[in-house]
Amino acid sequence: MSLEQLYQQVILDHARQRHGNTVPISGLPEVPRPPYFGHSHQVNPTCGDEITVEVERREEDGRIVLRWDGQGCSISMASASVLSELAQEAKPDEVAPVMAGFQALMHSRGQGAPDEELLGDAAAFHGVSRYPARIKCALLAWKAFEDALRQASADYPDENGDRSTGAGRNEED
Amino acid sequence: MFDAAEVERIRNDFPLLGHYQEQEAGGRRLAYLDSGATSQKPLSVLEAEQEFYERRNAAVHRGAHQLAVEATEAFEDARAAVAGFVGAGEREIVWAKNATEALNLVAYGFVNASAGLGGPEAERFRIGPGANLVITEMEHHANLVPWQQVAAHTGAELRVIPVTDAGRLDLERAEALVDSATAVLAFTHASNVLGTVNPARRLVDLARAHDAVTVLDACQSVPHFGVDLPALGVDFAAFSGHKMLGPTGIGVLYGRAELLDALPPFLTGGSMITTVDYQQASFMPAPQRFEAGTQPVAQAVGLAAAARYLAETGMDRIAAWEEHLAGRMLAGLQEIPGVRVIGPEEIGQPGDRLATVAFDVEGVHAHDVGQFLDERGIAVRVGHHCAQPLHRRFGVTATTRASAYLHTTEEEIDVLLGTVAEVRGFFLR
Repeated sequence: MSLEQLYQQVILDHARQRHGNTVPISGLPEVPRPPYFGHSHQVNPTCGDEITVEVERREEDGRIVLRWDGQGCSISMASASVLSELAQEAKPDEVAPVMAGFQALMHSRGQGAPDEELLGDAAAFHGVSRYPARIKCALLAWKAFEDALRQASADYPDENGDRSTGAGRNEED
Repeated sequence: MFDAAEVERIRNDFPLLGHYQEQEAGGRRLAYLDSGATSQKPLSVLEAEQEFYERRNAAVHRGAHQLAVEATEAFEDARAAVAGFVGAGEREIVWAKNATEALNLVAYGFVNASAGLGGPEAERFRIGPGANLVITEMEHHANLVPWQQVAAHTGAELRVIPVTDAGRLDLERAEALVDSATAVLAFTHASNVLGTVNPARRLVDLARAHDAVTVLDACQSVPHFGVDLPALGVDFAAFSGHKMLGPTGIGVLYGRAELLDALPPFLTGGSMITTVDYQQASFMPAPQRFEAGTQPVAQAVGLAAAARYLAETGMDRIAAWEEHLAGRMLAGLQEIPGVRVIGPEEIGQPGDRLATVAFDVEGVHAHDVGQFLDERGIAVRVGHHCAQPLHRRFGVTATTRASAYLHTTEEEIDVLLGTVAEVRGFFLR
């Protein structure tokens, strides 16, 4: 596998033009927290990469508003950008299969065939699964997102009464 | 210094390097530039361990049978060899599982003394609120976090000597920070990130003027140049086996004999006591008082073989070769647009900089740089190298670090430089 397959152009582009990358309000005491809100700060202790993901459930329709900021390698930053693009204004039950699909792809040791229809730009990360040291980079934002979404959804009155966010909260990174 | 033929001869002593050389036809080359993280091992070290297990393995310092006597001899001979390598007496060398444990041993000696253990002779290790502990901005977490713990246990203040933009200790600030309330001055002999070699003798004089105990992190110095610990005058020093061609699982604590005998033990249990009853125990003198439980015996034997290998090769010649490589690496990296060396950009005077060079590539994260280099068979370290606060000090979260050793060739340095020069073109495409 070549480096070009790992670092596909779409990944490098996302790493530069980062979707949803903005100042998190959780660090700004003067900004009031929305009612259905969660935030999660995740670090990769081996390299010091870090990310903060904030999720808000819109009061009127429960759709996701996502903000994130972080520092890290192109894989981790591009992954956060792609996640933001996929999850922005989506419903949690629309995002759940994407999250599950991405996690499965990352743990596929290079064997998984990405479902491009489901994963969109996230399918470009399939090469990462061949590099065990980099899987954590790709999943950092998703782990933070999962945690933030769980918090934001804890009190949100979903129509069907189901408060599940889809992916299990203790799922391994 | 070596010539190319001698480096080639040295490389032949390292089975791992040979293995990857043989594979070269198959397309996989290895330029191992991560000796700062862990070193490769010469055959003599591997053979020494194997010989010990095949001929002399038995429990040491126990048992009266002949084999146990021979194992104990091998174990203590290893101590003598490692002691000799750093100019120390045998009783001044304590085995630990790694340098981190060795540093914790000293730190928790202070904690235990401060909790009242150790009797009157431990008085000089008792500290409390009002005392201070001084470290430097360039410490590895192993010589930083244990002192945070001592501060938390005792109420002592933790002070930090700053590093200049050029990557050297600010000695003027050091003189202001070390004062009559300073209990400990703990500093690294050579930075695992910046490559800076600190003026140990001068820092020891500063500490002595204030009656402070000195603790030296010698992990990056002992493997790379000749170090005589008693001549430096430090009270304690720690170094690891695996960074100096020895096995993993063994580290070394050096302590001046009188201090080691007075420091309360850290780990307690078997093999370190004189008499035990149900309520209390009394302890052996050093070094045994710090060697509770079964020790890394085969590793000690392997480490002694590593020390012999280094001594026979000649530490001064190794240091001169590495300095030559350092100069080549520093000059080459600074010619590459967008590359910034974190640490001294040149060798100031002989012996003041290691061939360990951390650098930042503008616009490309260190992980990505490392991935690119790995694809070309160049093994470097990326990340914060267990020195997060130091990286923050230089405004980066991670760097790429290339570290050479005695077997590194000029060609490997040139391959590194040529490949780093391609990095930005690939990622900023």
